Amino acid sequence: MAEVLLKDVRKTYGGDVEAVKGVSLDIADGEFLVLVGPSGCGKSTLLRMVAGLETITSGTVSIGGRVVNRLEPAERDIAMVFQNYALYPHMSVRQNLAYGLKNRGTPRDEIARRVKKAAGILDIASLLDRKPRQLSGGQRQRVAMGRAIVREPAAFLFDEPLSNLDAKLRVQMRAEIRRLQRALGTTSLYVTHDQLEAMTLADRIVVLNGGVIEQVGSPMEVYERPASLFVASFIGSPAMNLIPLASAGEGGAIKGFANGAAPAGLTPASVLGVRPEDMRLAGTEPQADGVRFAFAVTTVEAVGAESYVHGRLADGGADIAVRVPGYHRAEHGTELVALAPHDKLHFFAGEGGVRIPLS
Amino acid sequence: MQTKRAIFASRVLPYWLLAPQLAVTLVFFLWPAAQAVRQSFLREDAFGLKTSFVWLENYTRLFHDPNYLNSLKVTVVFAASVTLLSVALGLLFALAVDRMIASSRLYTTLLVWPYAVAPAVAGVLWWFMFNPTLGVIPYVLEGLGYDWNHLLSPTDAMILVVAASTWKQISYNFLFFVAGLQAIPRALGEAAAIDGAGPVKRFFSITFPLLSPTTFFLMVVNTVYAMFDTFPVIHATTEGNPAQSTNILVYKVYVDGFLGLNLGSSAAQSVVLMAIVIALTVIQFRYIERRVEY
Repeated sequence: MAEVLLKDVRKTYGGDVEAVKGVSLDIADGEFLVLVGPSGCGKSTLLRMVAGLETITSGTVSIGGRVVNRLEPAERDIAMVFQNYALYPHMSVRQNLAYGLKNRGTPRDEIARRVKKAAGILDIASLLDRKPRQLSGGQRQRVAMGRAIVREPAAFLFDEPLSNLDAKLRVQMRAEIRRLQRALGTTSLYVTHDQLEAMTLADRIVVLNGGVIEQVGSPMEVYERPASLFVASFIGSPAMNLIPLASAGEGGAIKGFANGAAPAGLTPASVLGVRPEDMRLAGTEPQADGVRFAFAVTTVEAVGAESYVHGRLADGGADIAVRVPGYHRAEHGTELVALAPHDKLHFFAGEGGVRIPLS
Repeated sequence: MQTKRAIFASRVLPYWLLAPQLAVTLVFFLWPAAQAVRQSFLREDAFGLKTSFVWLENYTRLFHDPNYLNSLKVTVVFAASVTLLSVALGLLFALAVDRMIASSRLYTTLLVWPYAVAPAVAGVLWWFMFNPTLGVIPYVLEGLGYDWNHLLSPTDAMILVVAASTWKQISYNFLFFVAGLQAIPRALGEAAAIDGAGPVKRFFSITFPLLSPTTFFLMVVNTVYAMFDTFPVIHATTEGNPAQSTNILVYKVYVDGFLGLNLGSSAAQSVVLMAIVIALTVIQFRYIERRVEY
């Protein structure tokens, strides 16, 4: 039980390649923090620096009030779950779980007790005498989790632990990790590139891009008020429609825009964002309140409960997608109008992509 | 494991395709081996004028011959030393390369060089270095108060041939261990580090067990190497001397057959040698493969 503090942490490779460019984070005791970002954003490097598997170029990492920069991984009181599990293939599940405890000189009966307890929590008691190769992907994942929890560490570190599982199992394990972390109350740092995983697991999400934090916030905060163009495009599936104002200004594809919705400080370079799920197709009703987007249909994606109508704005500008409940049939080229309420619009500065708050 | 099964239209074609390989095996391996077995039951005079069939007499004589028993003992010591040393050193160098960040390619290249040196040349090389009158090593040893002379001391002679034979084989073992180490996922070592295992503990509890298939393969290969392929090393250095102290089985086959012209005994010896190596290989694969599996 401990908080993890990162203060201006940096990582430089070979003198000039900066992978992590000054990250500061306070992870509260018992919090589940998810680092999310595209590949190469430095999220794994950051996690590995906390674990002690990468050296910290500058800045400090402290776990439970102790600066751990110079400590070996073993001395940091953390446990890590690896992407491909990293189970010791020549050891049984029991030995895998006990290894970390044995190395620390834990008494034999204490090891047995903790292994039994962890196996009980994870429902792997019947697998204890098997070798990792005799386990399915999901079972291996559980054993990897078990290896972390038997140690009863100050913090869990997860490095994309679910990316090797199939979609169904991933959803199941996701819920399980969440439940387990809540039950144990152990501070956790979780790395993923999957924004859905981030949204469902996190107490707070950290969106990383190019070694810099773009935004820190609760999943809903990040979703509802993305702090930058990058966050807006990264969080949410399908991605937010982003329409450069320059291409939509005069042509008349977007109407009802001036009715007090636009914040001050917009320039032609600014970008308008609106999520597909915040839009609907304007039906026959003549003048509903909101901003109107005239577009021509390109494709319709039906995913079951809903469909996504993709199209191109009438003045030839940006592509947009609109969520429609149920199944929607529309021919290629059909002219439609989509409607979005004023308060669901997002604006971002053209340069740097910083959010422009709604006035 | 699933194997691919090719379907041939003609029943004869597969045999034709196998024929060249079978012919080579037959002519160059099975036939000479059979000749050796046949010859081991014969006694022949030195001029090859008269041959008589003597059943197992060549073998019974062999196992009552103190020289042969000594050669057996020498071979055990020699093969065990060469195998253990070359495997251990190969592993050590491979571990060093695995930890290296820069210039590991250069290091690897240099380490592989000895393998390209012919065994006889390797023997001569070491013979010079250890030469009591010319050599560097006896000079240094003399300074340390040790009087090196492999021409007189059986122990010194054994050390010389073991050194020369081991030196040549390290490269081979090194390459296999480097490949073996690279096949072990890095995350395993990292997981072990987080699990509180220091570098030494990590090696013995994770790396070494995972390398065991490689290690056991190399044990087999090196044992066979030490028993057969070291002939040129011995021939170029000690010629089995002094006092038969480095006269390993394969060298004795040559000495008795080609120098002593006792073809029957020589053939019997090579059959025994063949049996030993086959037995060793079978034992190693049977017992050790099973343990290695994980």
